[in-house]
Amino acid sequence: MSLQMISVILGSLTIASALMVILSKHPIRSVIYLVITFFFISAMYILMNAQFLAIVNMIVYAGAIMVLFLFVLMLLNLNKEMEPETTRMSLFSAIIAGGTLFLVMITALRDTFQYGKGYSAVKVPEAGLVENLGNLLFSKYLVPFEISSILFIAAMVGAVLLAKREKQVID
Amino acid sequence: MDTAMLIEKSALVLLLFLISLGVAAYQTYFERKLAAWIQDRVGPDRAGPFGILQPIADGTKMFLKEDFIPAKADKWLFIIGPGISMFTALITSAVVPWGTNINLFGRDISLQVADFNIGILFVFGVVSIGVYGIMIGGWASNNKYSLYGAIRASSQMISYELAMGISAITIVMLSGSLSLNDIVKSQHGMNWNIFYQPVAFFIFFITSLAELNRAPFDLPECESELIGGYHTEYSSMKLGLYLFSEYTSMFVSSAIMAILFFGGYNFPGMDAFSGNTLAILSIAAFALKIFLFIFVIMWIRWTIPRFRFDQLMHLGWKVLIPVAIVNMLITGLVVAWNQGWM
Amino acid sequence: MESLTNRKKVVSDKPMTLWEKIYIPAIVAGMVTTFKHMLRRRKTIKYPEETRVFAPVYRGQHVLKRDEQGRENCTACGLCAVACPAEAITMTSAERQKGEEHLYREEKYASSYEINMLRCIFCGLCEEACPKEAVFLTDRIVTTEFERDEFIYGKDKLVEAIDDRIDITKRQFTGKRTEK
Repeated sequence: MSLQMISVILGSLTIASALMVILSKHPIRSVIYLVITFFFISAMYILMNAQFLAIVNMIVYAGAIMVLFLFVLMLLNLNKEMEPETTRMSLFSAIIAGGTLFLVMITALRDTFQYGKGYSAVKVPEAGLVENLGNLLFSKYLVPFEISSILFIAAMVGAVLLAKREKQVID
Repeated sequence: MDTAMLIEKSALVLLLFLISLGVAAYQTYFERKLAAWIQDRVGPDRAGPFGILQPIADGTKMFLKEDFIPAKADKWLFIIGPGISMFTALITSAVVPWGTNINLFGRDISLQVADFNIGILFVFGVVSIGVYGIMIGGWASNNKYSLYGAIRASSQMISYELAMGISAITIVMLSGSLSLNDIVKSQHGMNWNIFYQPVAFFIFFITSLAELNRAPFDLPECESELIGGYHTEYSSMKLGLYLFSEYTSMFVSSAIMAILFFGGYNFPGMDAFSGNTLAILSIAAFALKIFLFIFVIMWIRWTIPRFRFDQLMHLGWKVLIPVAIVNMLITGLVVAWNQGWM
Repeated sequence: MESLTNRKKVVSDKPMTLWEKIYIPAIVAGMVTTFKHMLRRRKTIKYPEETRVFAPVYRGQHVLKRDEQGRENCTACGLCAVACPAEAITMTSAERQKGEEHLYREEKYASSYEINMLRCIFCGLCEEACPKEAVFLTDRIVTTEFERDEFIYGKDKLVEAIDDRIDITKRQFTGKRTEK
């Protein structure tokens, strides 16, 4: 089996499970399909020899963020009766939001088709390894990297402030 | 990859699988014996001499019990849950270097199934996936106690993974590699990481206990409040798989702790040996370290009472993570100083 | 109040010092304690292979004694049944016929004698009440049964066999009635 074949199969499986995320009726099942989608994406990363990204994708998205999703959904106890009614307004806004996302993705795809040909994974086998990634992060992409970490700190401080209880005065 | 390598890797995988299962089975026996000794009792001693056949009897009992699925349970997820737990418990042993290379039939065989260049991250990835087995099983049971167990498991695991990762980063800094093989090789002889990173080891050990759901962090399954926690509704071999996966991951995480902090298969005076003698001695040294870790983990279980949930969260977020971060910063400064970057 | 045992501890809720707040010394101390227990000798008696030595005053299953010539001692006077606080003993008396002198020691005997072992509290009052040295509690254990009515022991289970006497010398020595 060639690499091409594997990537085609993986890609179709990814799309299938991604579709199942929005098609399945139960929110918990949706989340589980989303986790499976992340696994397929990790497999794609490994196929492109980006093992570090694959594992980090697994740890951060599948292992932490989706666990929190599942955590919240389990507490909500969603059933059919409690499903909120879709008004015309919400439908309209959903279409706008989805359409915008679609446009962004199409431009991103066009970019890959235009410039992505030189970055074939097979040509640069070490492209996704930790050393190269670290070198890139701390040289070429230093400013975005540091800015995003400041963003995270801001988010963390905000979360702590929100979660912090007001001092109770007990007489 | 040639055929001979394929064969030797498959043989190694099969061997590891059987060894993990066997060790897990006898861990149950050892745990019961140890509990008995600590409580001035005798422990299981009826099945075979000294009760040595007890795990086999327990396993047979598990198989012969009625396999029950609650009527309102989510059937598929209920079945998948224990499978995920067992899978994640077993797969971690793939990246563990069990000894130095052994020479068989004229071939130099590495005792590591997969030498990942990011082995330690792989371990963390699998550990973080492992919580799904508990969460899915607990939710699918459609039982409030199971749900409580599942929710406790997930919040506990996420909280303790952070401190665990941060404390393990110091080891990566010292050895300069994410590969478990390189980490072990950098601790040649008696040059173990525990002498440089006692604080990191301490945090890693505590967080490992939490990730394993072992006492004093066994809140997801605590009997006194949640009946059986996430496996309340499970019976027969599905329950058996949950219990088995707990012991298997205990075995594997003991191995990981031995690798990261106690030199893995290295032992003092190993330069005097070579070839297969060294390989066998290194495996023995590694097995001894794993045994000691298992012993200590069990010993702790029968000594320390369970945490309350808010105490657990307090310990994780307000004690372990700050200490781990400070430890990481100091290590980073020292490494940078030694490398001449400052 | 003055302490009787010298073991009382004064409890206080003063805030913990930093050394106590780390908890690690306390945890280590606890682990040392459990480790010491690991090395202790076990006091378990592995029952079917080893049996406990009973105290001489142990009160187990009853026996109805015979005398040296193999005659039943019991005269069905009913004092044991009266003494029994649990009302476990019932009996019917009968007159000894001609030709039964080798079976019963006196003219009156118990044609049936039943002790309900589920009611019995093994207090030993029947033994103390008995004027004829007929009923004794022995160091035998009442066995388990599946049916309740099997716990009502009749004469078939209570009276000792002629060729298989039950030894009650321990109880005779500890009891009050050593004079004959």
